[in-house]
Amino acid sequence: MRGYLVRRFILLIPTLFIVTIMVFLVVRFVPGNVIDMMAAEMSNLGEATTEAEIDIEWVRQKLGLDVPVHVQYGRWIGGIILHGDLGNSLWTQRPVIDDLRARIPVTFELSLMSLIISILIAIPVGVYSAIRQDTMGDYVGRTFAIAGLAIPNFWLGTMIVVLPAIYWGWSPPIEYIPLVDDVSGNLGQFIIPAIIMGTGTSAGLMRMTRTMMLEVLRNDYIRTAWAKGLTERVVVLRHALKNASLPLITILGARIPGLLGGAIIMEQIFCLPGMGRLMIAAINNRDYPIISSVNLIMAIIVMVCIIITDISYAYVDPRIRYR
Amino acid sequence: MSDRAVGAAGGPVLEARRHFWLVDFFIRLVREKPMGTFGGVIVLILLVVGIFADLLAPFGYNYINLKAIMVPPSAGYILGTDNIGRDLLSRIIHGARISMYVGLGAATLDVVVATLIGLISGYFGGKVDLILQRFVDAVIVFPALFFYLAVMAIVGPGLLQVIFCIGILTGIGSSRLVRSAVMGAKQNVYVDAAKSIGSSNARILIRHILPNVFAPIIIIFTIAMGAAIIAEASLSFLGFGIPPPIPSWGGMLSGPSRKYMVDAPWMAIWPGLALSLVVYGINMFGDALRDLLDPRLRGGVGGMGAYGSERASKALAKRTEKGLRARAQKSE
Repeated sequence: MRGYLVRRFILLIPTLFIVTIMVFLVVRFVPGNVIDMMAAEMSNLGEATTEAEIDIEWVRQKLGLDVPVHVQYGRWIGGIILHGDLGNSLWTQRPVIDDLRARIPVTFELSLMSLIISILIAIPVGVYSAIRQDTMGDYVGRTFAIAGLAIPNFWLGTMIVVLPAIYWGWSPPIEYIPLVDDVSGNLGQFIIPAIIMGTGTSAGLMRMTRTMMLEVLRNDYIRTAWAKGLTERVVVLRHALKNASLPLITILGARIPGLLGGAIIMEQIFCLPGMGRLMIAAINNRDYPIISSVNLIMAIIVMVCIIITDISYAYVDPRIRYR
Repeated sequence: MSDRAVGAAGGPVLEARRHFWLVDFFIRLVREKPMGTFGGVIVLILLVVGIFADLLAPFGYNYINLKAIMVPPSAGYILGTDNIGRDLLSRIIHGARISMYVGLGAATLDVVVATLIGLISGYFGGKVDLILQRFVDAVIVFPALFFYLAVMAIVGPGLLQVIFCIGILTGIGSSRLVRSAVMGAKQNVYVDAAKSIGSSNARILIRHILPNVFAPIIIIFTIAMGAAIIAEASLSFLGFGIPPPIPSWGGMLSGPSRKYMVDAPWMAIWPGLALSLVVYGINMFGDALRDLLDPRLRGGVGGMGAYGSERASKALAKRTEKGLRARAQKSE
């Protein structure tokens, strides 16, 4: 097990290296007109007093674009590793890490809540669908699952924001309520986007649960369990679900990038100040250090989740022994 | 050939029922997968509407009639008009063309990229595979939408940019499926045979490996098509996909349609419905295709049918029911 983990981590290093290069290139391939744009903006703001100071060369130097690419990369990666410094925002000159520190919890909370909701929906519905295969309940569950896959989140989100506003004059809060200030207000704000994201995610999960359950229910040991006269509850939950849940962990791990990506849309619709909104604002401002930092952090989060998934897979299934 | 029977008159009886494989496939689709057929019909409608959008749409997609602003669905404007007086039906029809371009274009690119990387990585293995897979890993750890947004920030909005961005990035991810299929196909004896008679690597790849990984490639294509249409809609919704006035279903859901949603809800309802219906159709068709084409993948994430044969699952249900009834009687 330990050997396996060490190998996994060693393989992560080249991947992480490539990730940093890709993210770095996003910043360094800044189209030239952005520098022009900034120079123009600075002269408008009156930050640069003389004509000479809004010289493009000056801006290039200030952004660290005047040295060869490998030196730029060295400086950038050195800053991250040695000081945890992801660079400064091009516009506000504030360290990017400060922005991220405020935004990550929002995206994390939203994703975690929707993950929990999707599990709470998917497992019971999937199990029910499997043990009552080809009944009315099964059809309702499956129809729901396909609808969840097909209906785009942003459409459902828009409808849920607007339709209650038309009929009942209710609309979700616009201002963000931090968790530390008002727990119930914060959860109330997150619950609707989390339910929308959760139902979308639960569709695939539910189908997987159903298929795995159907497969497991056909095994000999299930027949033995029935023959022993165990109750349905024990057979289904203790014997079948336990074994069917193994592949679900992998599926769950594979959903995490999708959840984080989907958070962008929900944050945009429900005005939550998370990573997605930061990203969109940064793109609109051509604030490349923020764009690359957000992507770097997201990639690292996903990598960690993949590793956790693999480890928990080995932990739950005693047959799997990584060597 | 083994199933060719000889009739009473001595002539081959089953010979007449043999069709081109595609015809056989359609017969099986219609017979065994009613939902998949329904999905296929939706996909077909999308293609027809997309191709003949100019003929079908009553107005041009950017034809503005300032006298008809936010007209509710009525005889003149079947689906109503938007906030600057454009006919929504026409825009939905032209939007179908955009979705078709994105779906087919990105899915084709996806398959090409996935096949190239998958073939090379899976066939050559060793160091090539190790290095190539690190690049693939590096791409797939990015949450898709964040990565698309970053790339779109560099290349700028536009139809071609969207197709290339989605197609190439998803293709790199799907290459893993092709790779594992290639690694399976490589084990076959005929590959060794081809090697032993001195076939070149290119020949083995194209003549012996590629035809054997065709089923997963077709499945990747259908999955990619639905995913690309949703991804384009999400990007356009966020304002980084296809710029207005080109009617993308996702773009039609953003900005004005949300602003005027209370007064003109039809502006957001129709594009959303169109999008849901098409993605539903592609998913259903893709699932059916997967079940029919690749028995090994049956019962995967997408498999809506029971695992194994229909008959076996019915038998199990009956047995389970019998057991339940017996125990109910016993406890009474």
